[in-house]
Amino acid sequence: MTTSTHLVYLIALPLLSAALLLVLGRIADKWGHLLATLVSATTFVIGALEFFAMQSRTGASRAATQKIFEWISVGAFKVDATLLLDQLSICFVLLITGVGTLIHIYSIAYMSHDHDRRRFFAYLNLFIAAMLLLVLGNSYLNLYVGWEGVGLASYLLIGFWNQKPVYATAAKKAFVANRVGDVGLSLAIMIAFAQFGTVSFDGVKAGAPHASPAALTAIGAMLLLAAAGKSAQFPLQSWLGDAMAGPTPVSALIHAATMVTAGVYLITRSNFIFDASPNARLMVVTVGAITLLFGAIIGTAKDDIKKALAASTMSQIGYMILATGLGPIGYAFAILHLLTHGFFKAGMFLGAGSVMHGMNDEVNMRRYGALAKAMPITAVTFGLGYLAILGVPPFAGFYSKDKIIETAFNSGGTKGILLGGATLLGAAITAFYMTRVIVLTFTGSKRWDDKAHPHESPILMWAPMVVLAVGSVASGFLLSSGSALVNWLQPVVNSQNVVAGEELMKPIVVSGLALGVVLLGVLLAIFKYRTVPTSAPTQVSVFTKAARKDLYQDSFNEAVLMRPGQKLTAGLVLTDYKVIDGIVRTVGWTLGAISTAMRKIQNGFVRSYSLLMLLGVLVLVFTIWLVTL
Amino acid sequence: MSILTTLELLPLIGAFIVGFLPNSNAKLIKQVSIAISLLVAAVSILMAVRFNSGTPGFQFIESRSWIPSFNINYAVGVDGIALVLILLTTILVPIVFLAGWNESEGGRWSVKTFYVLLLVLETMMIGVFAATDVFLFYVIFEAMLIPVYFLIGGYGVGERAAAAIKFLLYSLFGGLLMLAAVIGIYIISTNQGGGTFDVTELSKLTIDHPTQNWLFLGFFIAFAIKAPLWPFHTWLPSAAKSATAGTSTLLLGVLDKVGTYGMIRFCMTLFPDATKTFTPVIITLSVISILYGAFLAIGQKDINSLIAFTSISHFGFITLGIFAMTSQGLTGATFYMVNHGFSTAALFLTAGWMVHRRKSAQISDFGGLQRVTPVLAWSFFIAGMSALALPGLSSFVSEFLVLVGSFTKYPVAAIFGTLGIVLAALYVLIVVQRSLHGEVKPGNESLTDLNLREKIAIAPVIVVLVVAGFFPKPIINLINPATATVMAHAGVSDPIAKAGK
Repeated sequence: MTTSTHLVYLIALPLLSAALLLVLGRIADKWGHLLATLVSATTFVIGALEFFAMQSRTGASRAATQKIFEWISVGAFKVDATLLLDQLSICFVLLITGVGTLIHIYSIAYMSHDHDRRRFFAYLNLFIAAMLLLVLGNSYLNLYVGWEGVGLASYLLIGFWNQKPVYATAAKKAFVANRVGDVGLSLAIMIAFAQFGTVSFDGVKAGAPHASPAALTAIGAMLLLAAAGKSAQFPLQSWLGDAMAGPTPVSALIHAATMVTAGVYLITRSNFIFDASPNARLMVVTVGAITLLFGAIIGTAKDDIKKALAASTMSQIGYMILATGLGPIGYAFAILHLLTHGFFKAGMFLGAGSVMHGMNDEVNMRRYGALAKAMPITAVTFGLGYLAILGVPPFAGFYSKDKIIETAFNSGGTKGILLGGATLLGAAITAFYMTRVIVLTFTGSKRWDDKAHPHESPILMWAPMVVLAVGSVASGFLLSSGSALVNWLQPVVNSQNVVAGEELMKPIVVSGLALGVVLLGVLLAIFKYRTVPTSAPTQVSVFTKAARKDLYQDSFNEAVLMRPGQKLTAGLVLTDYKVIDGIVRTVGWTLGAISTAMRKIQNGFVRSYSLLMLLGVLVLVFTIWLVTL
Repeated sequence: MSILTTLELLPLIGAFIVGFLPNSNAKLIKQVSIAISLLVAAVSILMAVRFNSGTPGFQFIESRSWIPSFNINYAVGVDGIALVLILLTTILVPIVFLAGWNESEGGRWSVKTFYVLLLVLETMMIGVFAATDVFLFYVIFEAMLIPVYFLIGGYGVGERAAAAIKFLLYSLFGGLLMLAAVIGIYIISTNQGGGTFDVTELSKLTIDHPTQNWLFLGFFIAFAIKAPLWPFHTWLPSAAKSATAGTSTLLLGVLDKVGTYGMIRFCMTLFPDATKTFTPVIITLSVISILYGAFLAIGQKDINSLIAFTSISHFGFITLGIFAMTSQGLTGATFYMVNHGFSTAALFLTAGWMVHRRKSAQISDFGGLQRVTPVLAWSFFIAGMSALALPGLSSFVSEFLVLVGSFTKYPVAAIFGTLGIVLAALYVLIVVQRSLHGEVKPGNESLTDLNLREKIAIAPVIVVLVVAGFFPKPIINLINPATATVMAHAGVSDPIAKAGK
């Protein structure tokens, strides 16, 4: 383990920049976006330098730590603010700062007309700081600070235009759903402390092999709950679609490339828990499989381009989560897909933003069509992202998604066939809904409203899209040639060097199958959307209706959680007033009444006082007589 | 004379000085009061610097005979727990003075009376945490009611008289039970060779278990009303609704802490066996308080009663931490008392400014404030984030310590308590959305943002919340030895005693 002295700048710089821009207020309006972009770029440079430094070291000395200060120490509960940059976290650092910087640049143009651009950039920097803390913390509690920090940044950015009540509600929904996940993370940390006497990754890793299966399953389940909240996985997925209320660069950075993948990071980081607990792994693959299909199905019915992409994100993260549940060999493939997805999905989101920019913020794809001519760069970069997500060779997704499908099939027995089948089915549906997006947006006939004058976006916007498109093309090949990423991650995950079990299918067969179903999905979409009506047809099957309604996720939550909760609250408010305070008021009233009655006795007439005295004496005499008897 | 006595006397002397100022010059009265409170704060910080956190037991002790025939002494001293609560008091008072510059106007009595009452109250608040003589503690505990009664009844809004009387009767009822217990334990000490009210001497008595139970209840119910713990809480929302923002801040931020402080100092120290007997009940009541307070907060329409109910939820966390009787729980609970003081101050003061500007405390009357009064909106938002214990703010550290400390002994209670963090997100974000977000509601268009005085008042609170979130160590180090002493005396130890790798 190497000691570093400058990891802290990765977090401190963007945090200070965010604070400065918020505190200075309007004074910083002129240059706030430039400072924030510069700071983000600086963190990328630091990250890149760290990466090269790591490569020059070998083996165990690759990982670097920095203790910043002693944080909490009470009894056996000791947590320091310590950062850990290892082979896993550097992947995220480069992704976060790299994509983050591109999106800062893009936002300079995208938000140029917004009165509050400075505030937007402050939030972006805050996000970068929190996300880096999330992946650099060396204990679960440090991670937790970043974990809720990104939740806060996400809340602020989803609600950036919170003067619109719907957007404010979307922000709140995201925060609350995340908090449900945070209950999981809190409890996982508590169980870990009760079991191992520590909450550091190292300590938990050392203790995990000796822990009881029940404890491991419990920790695993709670970590999965946390991951589900942050990564919009079943059953906490419902916030992600609404989160598209945020400005599109935010959707690209936070709700596609980085923050929503934090759940995958958490599970990968906790590989020592899941490796030791088959039950926990089973839960993970189940959640992953359900979500990847759930998201894909929703994606087929969305007319809002951002919501279609959000459903796709949910589905793609489902793939990653599923991969993390496949045992020691799965993690690296999950991270591989996470990185390639970071490129192609962020690129497509920025493309969507570019389209909206040229179309007066129209998001309904039924009002698009034939935009390839008006926006050639957007169309090409989006198209490359499209080929990547479909998994067409040699684009990025081909390397990462096929590996997950293959590993799922080979995970053994009926489970393997079910999981493999789900990933294959997901690939087919993905091909369908993504082709639908392409057809509706870039090809076919013009369905614009009269005020639309689509035009290509300025260079500050298309340049980041081009960079991400290059990543969509090349990242898969680069990261997997010679198993580069798998070997790189080896010391952190799968350190026992577990190899794949018996092969159900050879890689070439998997790729062939995958390409076959993808082609099927593509053709079906092209056939179905030869003509596109400008308003969504109302006479549709129950399945389409269900998909449009997000498979009734909101209706379910409202019926099962929200309305009973509201009734409970109203009931308790009434009980508090009527019963608990009612008793108090009755006591008070009774005392008051007694006092009033007693006051009548104090009437100032000597005769009634003497009468009372006489009565008193009689009572006294009678009592004495009784007692002496 | 120890520095502690000096600290106690300073506000009282200040009250005399203010008393001789001309009634007509309100500005001078306010300025002198602020100057005195700042001096008190400075002295308290000096005291904290001189405090030796390594030594267990009371420091800066002083004892003077008061009523010799009953061996009642003016005996004071502080350990880490008392010290941090005194610091909370002395730092909050000048902030409250500055924030509530106009609160004293329009009351039933003069501006001068308002500041005299507050300064006298400050002396009592310091005294109650410093007292090491049970009788002295009891006297101040009861005497504190008087200034608060007049502050609510004389300077509050709405049904202020009714709220003040409710507060007074509730507290007096608890106080009487405590008086009985105080006399009881004195008699026991007389029987065991020499009557005393000294808390350290009393803690050495051997009291049989049934007697302990009765005496424990006498103290505990008084403290549970003060804290307040469900179901003794209904006085608090009405008091918070009627009191001025500054009074509410001191009432919930400091005075209520006397309840939870008393539980540690007296209930646990004097009656360890009874504490164990009643722990399951109290843990249950704590969890009910956490969830019940949170649900009620969600359902409130008045912004001040909402804050009061969030406090009931937070007091549930504090009592949970105390009675979990682990070092994390106890230290966490004590730190929670401090953080809740600042957090509640931020909430009440910012809400008070909103109410003052809008001339309404109905949440539905606000809306869109973020666009009209951004600095005020941000301040309220940060206060809300502290209330939901966002990591990075100090309340997170204490809340997590309480939960993790409780979990090692009472996992089920801790799990239910953890559900409170979802409810906290709801009660904060709902009021944030209704008051700060959305379209600017009619009547809010021309509200003014914070002025310089208000900014200066709220800034230190926010700084404390942030700095203590990242660097809680100095405060925790003050508390740790004191909780270790309490636990050793109660004969309990941590289930997780050894740190892992």
